[in-house]
Amino acid sequence: MTLHLLGASPSDRATFESCRSTLTEQDTLLLLEEGCYWALPHHRQELSRIPARVVALGPDCLARGIATEGLKTVDDAEFVVLATEHARTVSWY
Amino acid sequence: MIFTIVVHSAPYQSGSAATALRFTRAALDAGHRIHRVFFYREGVHNASALASPPRDERSLPAEWQAVAQEYDLDLVVCIAAAVRRGVLNQEEARRYEKPAANLAEGFELSGLGQLVEASIQSDRVVTFGGGR
Repeated sequence: MTLHLLGASPSDRATFESCRSTLTEQDTLLLLEEGCYWALPHHRQELSRIPARVVALGPDCLARGIATEGLKTVDDAEFVVLATEHARTVSWY
Repeated sequence: MIFTIVVHSAPYQSGSAATALRFTRAALDAGHRIHRVFFYREGVHNASALASPPRDERSLPAEWQAVAQEYDLDLVVCIAAAVRRGVLNQEEARRYEKPAANLAEGFELSGLGQLVEASIQSDRVVTFGGGR
């Protein structure tokens, strides 16, 4: 039960693939910083094939003008809650 | 819950130094304890007293100092990462015969052992990376 922080943008596919290969159904993938670009429409299908729950950091999406309809977003306080709810966090940059 | 925050990014390298600061504040606001903030690799530049951003821009070193003072936080900078990047306290400036020291007040230089100790003492370690 791991919280994965994906900060690498879609241009860094190798980091995304490394991250994806470790995800399980008990995990949560949090898109933040440049990782928010994975929430763009043409990447959504790829996100939907991930076994883990996918959420995005709302302020980071807003800062980049990325629409988050259909994707759960969290604020900074909820990010902290996610970190407490999972046994560990792993960062992918 | 007890957290340790690890910062790998310099202030202008990526957004993650700022995210780390936001997370730290959010955790403290929620009543959690921050055992240590550990600055590693390019993250050591968050501890430079010489960073002089324009007055209408934020200064992450100043913001880290402010949150550390408010909550009595332990801000530790990896000494090996810092000295090779030119972030020195008085002692290291003397040791390397440099003309000045620039480690900002409120930060201290120490070894990786401080990260190991913090990882043992904390319930969660959250790392904010530096990008590529």
